[in-house]
Amino acid sequence: MAEPAISVRGVSKRFRLYHERPTSLKERFLRFRRTRAEDFWALRDVTHDIEEGRTLGLLGPNGSGKTTLLKIIGGILRPTEGEVVTRGRIAALLELGAGFHPELTGRENVYLNASILGLSRRETDRYFDDIVGFAELEDFIDNQVKYYSSGMFVRLGFAVAVHVDPQILLVDEVLAVGDEAFQRKCIARVRQFQREGRTIVFVTHAPQLVHQVCDQALMLERGRVKVAGDVAEVIKRFRLTMLQRHAAFARENVTGDITIEDVDLLDHTGKPVSVVSPGEPLSVQVEVAGHRALDDPHVSIAVFNANEEFIYGTSTRRLGVELGRFQGRRRVTFELKQLPITEGQYLVTVGVHDADKTVVHDWHDMRYAFDVVRYLEEGLFIPTEVRVDPL
Amino acid sequence: MSAEVQVRTNEPPRLRVASRLGELWRSREVLVNLSRKELKVRYKSSVLGVLWSMLNPVLYLAIFSLVFVVFLRGGIPKYPIYLLSGLLPWTLFSTGFQGATTSVTGNAQLVPKIAFPREVLPMAAIGAQTVNFFFQFAVLAAFMLILFGLSFVGPSLLLLPAALAVLLVFVLALGFATSSLNVRYRDTGHLVDLLLLAWFWSTPIVYPAGEVAERMGDTGFFLYLLNPLANVVLAFQRALYGAALPGALAPGVHPPADLSWYWMRLGVVAAASLALLYLAWRLFFRMSGDFAEEL
Repeated sequence: MAEPAISVRGVSKRFRLYHERPTSLKERFLRFRRTRAEDFWALRDVTHDIEEGRTLGLLGPNGSGKTTLLKIIGGILRPTEGEVVTRGRIAALLELGAGFHPELTGRENVYLNASILGLSRRETDRYFDDIVGFAELEDFIDNQVKYYSSGMFVRLGFAVAVHVDPQILLVDEVLAVGDEAFQRKCIARVRQFQREGRTIVFVTHAPQLVHQVCDQALMLERGRVKVAGDVAEVIKRFRLTMLQRHAAFARENVTGDITIEDVDLLDHTGKPVSVVSPGEPLSVQVEVAGHRALDDPHVSIAVFNANEEFIYGTSTRRLGVELGRFQGRRRVTFELKQLPITEGQYLVTVGVHDADKTVVHDWHDMRYAFDVVRYLEEGLFIPTEVRVDPL
Repeated sequence: MSAEVQVRTNEPPRLRVASRLGELWRSREVLVNLSRKELKVRYKSSVLGVLWSMLNPVLYLAIFSLVFVVFLRGGIPKYPIYLLSGLLPWTLFSTGFQGATTSVTGNAQLVPKIAFPREVLPMAAIGAQTVNFFFQFAVLAAFMLILFGLSFVGPSLLLLPAALAVLLVFVLALGFATSSLNVRYRDTGHLVDLLLLAWFWSTPIVYPAGEVAERMGDTGFFLYLLNPLANVVLAFQRALYGAALPGALAPGVHPPADLSWYWMRLGVVAAASLALLYLAWRLFFRMSGDFAEEL
């Protein structure tokens, strides 16, 4: 009977937050018995088994304990309570190129980093060309790493890490690096790991990625397991939690002097839409109501992709439109004349605020969604016309 | 694939020497690579490169020769050879000790991100200095061959590898202790610098131990030799300088004793250093579980 590859049993982790931690002996003596420490429980009673060959996506808002859990599984941090049992060689990708030294060349760093991650010299020799090829750094491998761009740096870091041949791979947010082509390559590599039957734990903010890659998911909130198991179910709960958080934030911090009454996404004929094609227009129609007279408020919109990454934003201020002294109702329509974006789900944020956004009157964060249907493989849509002239 | 099972709980890790040695043996390439990194990084983009590691002893040699031979008219024949045979192990000790002390804090980007046996950090710092030592030693050996031919080659030379081994055990023991303490209290490093200054003058490097033995009497000299490093340095001097200039042994340069006395002293220090190493390693191992958190 197969034991789970990773078994997390009742794990809690406490961090001591020292207000003024004595880091010298002098302070230690002067403040003897007077250091004030506050306990912060980064994890509370987390229990979860991961069978060999499965891929777990670890979701959660910032500060929910995802990275801490990963570090405990990876043996970098000790649990305060409970225990973790792992079976098999572990590679933890917590930060790409963490061991790189800027003064050394790419080649020297590959050997150093690979050995720290547990690869022997002979193995590194064997994989070296693969590593360099994967990172696409053939021409720069003998340059000092300090001359690398940040993209080159993380590519090399990832390339080394995926060649370590672990039975258990722990990945923290690192797939969000690099350009899209490189990301696709990384995901392909992760899929290869999956086919080879390795166990993977994946920390991310991006539910989309969990959906693409993982076969089970776990969501942490404030250090506790909120929900675990089926990917779709966990993602749903995660999105809901994030929405509630945004809403809570908005409720606490907006003045309410002007409120957003209604928002519609419309096509060029003025009909509400939820699906558009690349290159088509889209209007964001915002109805606002001012409850007392205010000078010069502004309306802004922002578009995010499904990973909640900011794509585009604009405002009445940027577009040079004044609402003047404002009270009563207005309809503000932003006409996005062509959407230069491709397949995927997009979220729209709408806000009303003063000229420099220090006062927010109302804020609807990623509350409106539309889909762009598949067009071509390109990363963006560029409106193009073609013409043939007789010579 | 044989699965290596690891269990992690809140118990501070307990050192089991045999299995831990096995783990360290598997990490030997990390050790070699980290030592190499230390050396490479130090001499990267410098014109003189590894020659810099020679300049420090050369400067000492010039200054102390000036002071002791010219100003004070000290009576040690072939003073440069005497000085170097004690100064080189001292340099290995002091630079290794300092390097090891800051080895964990100096790798603060690495430790919280990657799990690997933390012991390799102080070990690599000392390893790098050992490589430097061999470079310096090669120069001294060449000097001696030119000056004395092969006359100093003999049984006393066997003291040399033994003394080096004891020195490495001793400095590693200190390094384990100070590198882990330095994570919590950053002034450990400053303390070490200060300590080394006093230590240098408590060790017979620039002045002869024979004189100390003469002036302080038996009890005094016994206390003087409680300094483990004095015994190690004496063994180095006996193996090199003493063998090359047997005539110089008598007039108070070396303690009046035969070879077996040096072996005996070295054996005592070796036993004490091993005990210290065990304790320091346990301390290091215990504290290393929290390095990632405290850096």
